[in-house]
Amino acid sequence: MERLSDDMLKLSTLQLDALREVGNVGAGNAATALSQIINQKIDMTVPQVAIMPLGEVPDVVGGPDAMVAGVYLRVFGAAPSSILFLLPRDSAFYLVDMLMGRQEGYTTSLSSMDESALMEIGNILAGAYLNALSYFTNMTMLPSIPALAMDMAGAILSVILAQLGQMGDHALVIETEFTTDSNGVKGHFFLIPDPGSLSTILAAIGVKE
Amino acid sequence: MPELIKVGMADYKVGRAPDSLISYGLGSCVGIALYDSMTKIGGLSHIMLPDSKQARSAENPAKFADTALPLMLDEMMKLGASKSRITAKIAGGAQMFTFANATDIMRVGERNAEAVRAVLRKLDIRIIADDTGGNYGRTVELKLDAGKYRIKTINQGEKEL
Repeated sequence: MERLSDDMLKLSTLQLDALREVGNVGAGNAATALSQIINQKIDMTVPQVAIMPLGEVPDVVGGPDAMVAGVYLRVFGAAPSSILFLLPRDSAFYLVDMLMGRQEGYTTSLSSMDESALMEIGNILAGAYLNALSYFTNMTMLPSIPALAMDMAGAILSVILAQLGQMGDHALVIETEFTTDSNGVKGHFFLIPDPGSLSTILAAIGVKE
Repeated sequence: MPELIKVGMADYKVGRAPDSLISYGLGSCVGIALYDSMTKIGGLSHIMLPDSKQARSAENPAKFADTALPLMLDEMMKLGASKSRITAKIAGGAQMFTFANATDIMRVGERNAEAVRAVLRKLDIRIIADDTGGNYGRTVELKLDAGKYRIKTINQGEKEL
């Protein structure tokens, strides 16, 4: 058996359930915000709380060479974390068309205005998510200015995975999938706590061992 | 039938012609291709971090430049490669996101590439091609029949080193 040293691998079922609930409330808030912006119903999955080997994280979004748009934010405060909102390329184009009031299918590459719009969406989603999380944990959590990249999923994720890789070989990923009614937009929202932040979050929600 | 051997993040693989070694979606990571043109034995390493000594957990030596490369070199030599003939081609080490106040960790790609060059220098292996930096991802493939290193990107086209 692979030797697992990371603290996060010792999470109990209760703790995993609590983290899933945190993800649920945060993502619910974010989905509502997104739904209001694009005026479409958004469905979301029950958040997956997964502890996975770093190398397997890109598989969640279609493999390391899948073409995606990624909006990345750092979370400051008591529990530093990373937030990543990943959209397949076509979803990103569709979302931009909706936001800019263009006909569907118009966008085939992103202008700097389109990029700003996607970053703003990331900003709003992260803000909504963190508001819920702050309320839940009674901790202040603030997002940084967002950054955007349109590239291979593995390449985008490597930035976050390198951060986690200094501490261990696994990532705790709270992941929610969003889809619109029309199926035009499909996205994954990831909250990835820094290794030390996990115990802070667990303590704040009252499920620390 | 030649095989296409996949190398995951924080892993390395060795092989010989006519097979190929491939690693998908490198961002800040660096893909190091080592090749012995006489025996057509090669290795591809996908490192994630520069230095195992700076990490709290260093259980997977394939993750770090300083520990992965000596191990891969050993495995190639066990297959019959000769160190004096081995040359290196490297690619990756991008900075995927630009922040106004880029912290050290955002520059991990650059630090990875620097570390790889230092480790190869220490191992006395010559780098004959270097495609590092930029702000885009790369998929790299080492073709062991002739040692060509093919780099695919999404917006910067494709090239062979």
